[in-house]
Amino acid sequence: MNLTLVGLSHQATPIAVRERAFVPLPQAAELAAELAAEGEAVCLSTCNRTELYLVGPDSERRALDALAAISGLPEDELRAVVYRLTDEAAALHLFRVAGGLDSMVPGEGEILGQVRTAFEAGSTGPVLDRLFRQALHAGKKVRAETAIAESPASVSSAAGALAQQVFGQLEGCRVMLVGAGHVAELSARSLAARGATIAFVANRSPERAQALAGRFGGEGIPLEGATERLGEIDVLVSSTGAPGRAFGCQEVEAALKGRKGRPLFLIDLAVPRDLDPAIHELDGCFLYDIDDLESVVAASLAGRRREAGRAEAIVAEEADRFRDWQASREVVPAIASLRAWAEEIRVAELARARGRLGLSESQQAAVESVTAQIVNKLLHLPTVRLKEAAAGAEGGSYAQAVRHLFGLGDDDKR
Amino acid sequence: MVELLFWPALLAYGEAAVAYAGDARRPGSAGRLATWGVRLGWLLQTALLIVQAERADGFPWATWAGSLNLFVWLVVSVYLVWGCRTRYRLLGLVVMPLAAVLLVLARLGGGTGDTGHSNYSTVFLVVHVGLLSLAFAAFTLAAGLSALYLWQERRLKDRRPAGLLGRAPSLLTLETVSGRTIAVAVPALTAGIVAGLVRLRRDGGGVDALMAVTLGAWLVYTAYLVLRYEAGWRGRRAAYLALVGFALVIVARVGLQLTHFS
Repeated sequence: MNLTLVGLSHQATPIAVRERAFVPLPQAAELAAELAAEGEAVCLSTCNRTELYLVGPDSERRALDALAAISGLPEDELRAVVYRLTDEAAALHLFRVAGGLDSMVPGEGEILGQVRTAFEAGSTGPVLDRLFRQALHAGKKVRAETAIAESPASVSSAAGALAQQVFGQLEGCRVMLVGAGHVAELSARSLAARGATIAFVANRSPERAQALAGRFGGEGIPLEGATERLGEIDVLVSSTGAPGRAFGCQEVEAALKGRKGRPLFLIDLAVPRDLDPAIHELDGCFLYDIDDLESVVAASLAGRRREAGRAEAIVAEEADRFRDWQASREVVPAIASLRAWAEEIRVAELARARGRLGLSESQQAAVESVTAQIVNKLLHLPTVRLKEAAAGAEGGSYAQAVRHLFGLGDDDKR
Repeated sequence: MVELLFWPALLAYGEAAVAYAGDARRPGSAGRLATWGVRLGWLLQTALLIVQAERADGFPWATWAGSLNLFVWLVVSVYLVWGCRTRYRLLGLVVMPLAAVLLVLARLGGGTGDTGHSNYSTVFLVVHVGLLSLAFAAFTLAAGLSALYLWQERRLKDRRPAGLLGRAPSLLTLETVSGRTIAVAVPALTAGIVAGLVRLRRDGGGVDALMAVTLGAWLVYTAYLVLRYEAGWRGRRAAYLALVGFALVIVARVGLQLTHFS
C-alpha cells in the first residue's frame, strides 16, 4: 500500500487559509483514528502547516475530503493550495519538516516536538510507524551533526545568547528590566529560561512593575530608583518607549566603580533609544540596541541557511533508507511466498513418492536432502534478483510479476 | 626508546594542531580528534620524559633544548587541566601548533635524547628550573587566555559576535581562568627565583640582565594579582597587563638560551 501526503503549509498558503485548516491536537487524534479505519493515518497540524499522512486505499481522495471538511474551503480552492506527495517524496518531505528545513526559521527546534506529538496522537501501522520514527531520528541527526540550530533566531534569544557570551552560564546573573511591557516580558522569559534571576522591574507605573516582577519572583521599583540599582545587576534590559534617555553615560560610569570590574551587559530594545550609545565605549560595558540584535539574528540566520545544505544531504540519505525499506516490504513477502509454495510442492511430491519407492530411512533422508537442495538452487537466483530489484525502483513490479507467474495471490502478503 | 616515544608524541601534537584548525572551520568530530591527539601526545611525551630521567645522570633537562622539551610538556599539562573542554578549543588552535613547533626545536637542539647533563646539582635544578618552567608554562597559557579575551571582547564591542556564539568561552570565564592560572604561577615563580637567589648568594656573583628581566616579570604578575584582587582590575586592563608580563617571559626564555646555555 502506498504512502500519501496531502497538506498545506506557509510555503504557498496564506495564514488566512492555514488558520482555517488548523486542527487542535485532540481533534487531530480523532481525525487520524477516523481516517485510519481503512489503513493508517497521522495528522500533523501546527501554525505553519496542516498535513495528513495516510496509508490505505483511495488515500488522496479521503485526505482532500477531510481537509475540505476542516477548512470549509471549496474543493477547487483547496486543490489550488494543497500539495500531494507519495512514497519517497512524502517521506523526504516529512524528514525535511522534522529537520526544520521546511520551517520559516531554518533549524527551529519546536517542529521536532510537534512531529513527535502528532506521531503519538496518530493511528499508525507498520508504514507510518517506521516513517515517523525515522523522521524523528533524521530531525535529531540534523541538529546533532550540523550547526543549523546553534545560533539565535529571534531578538530575545539573541539577547540571551549575547549575555552568555559575556557571563557564561547565567545562573546567578541578576537582571533589571526597565519598562514593563510585552517586549520586556519576552526578554525576561528568554533570560530566565537560561537561568538568570529577574531581580528588579522598574517602571513609571509601580503597579505594572510589581505585576511583572511578581511573575518572575523579582522586586518592582519606581523608575527613579533604577539608577541606584545599577551596581547590583549584571544585565539591564530597557524598553520604556518613553522619549529621552533613561540612563546616561555618566550614571553608568558611576555605577561601574562599585562593580569591581564585573562586566555590565545592556540591551536597549526601545525606539527611541533609552540608553546613551556612548555607554558601549566604557570598559566592561556592552550595549546592544534593537538594530544590533537584529543584525546578529540576520547573520545567524544566514549561518543556518549555509548549514541547511549539509542538513539536506542527511535527510536525503534518510529518505533513501526509507525507500529501500519500503521496496523490501514489497519484495520480501513475495520471496517468502515463492519459497513456501516450492516447499509445499516438494513435501507433497515426496510424500506421494515415498509409498511407491519403499525406501529405507537413510535413503529417505538422502532423497529429502537432495530435493531440498534442488529447490534451493532453483530459487537462489530469482531470490537474489528480487532482492536486487528491491533496492531500485522496480522492486514492486518484480514482486508482482513473481506473484503472477507462480500464481501466488495477494493474500500471501504479510 | 626515546625515538620511539618522540615521533609518535610529535605526530599526536601535530594531529591535534591540524584537527583544531579543522574544528575551527567546522565544529564537530575534528574537535574530538584534537582532544585525543592532545591526550595521547601528552602521555607519550610523559613517557619520553620518564625515560630521559631514568637514563640521565642528574637533571636531564638542563640544556636549553632540554628545558624547552620540559616547557612544552608543562604547557600541554596545564592546558590539559581545562583546555580540552569544547569551549576552549579555540585556545588549542594556538597552543598545539606552538607545542609541536617548540618540540621540533627541542629535538633539533638535542633536548629530546638521553644525553642531557649539567654542572648544577640535581636538587637545585629541580627546584629552580622546574619551578620557573612551570611558572613560564602557566604564564604562556594565561597569555593565550588573555589574548582570546581581548579578541572576543573586541568582537563584542564591534557588535559582530554571531559567528562566535556558542564557540568560545565567555569573557568572564576567560578572565577568571586567566587570573587563577596566574595566581598559581606566581608562587611557583617566586619559589624558583628564591632558589636561584640562594644559590647566587652561596656561590657569589651579581645580578645579570636575565635575572633582572625575570624579576621584572615577577613584579608585573605580582602587580597583576594585587590590582586584580584589591583594586578590581578586571577585563581589558588585566588582559593587557598579563600580556606585558608574558612579553617579559618571552625575553627571559630567549635570554636563558643565550646567557645560560650558549
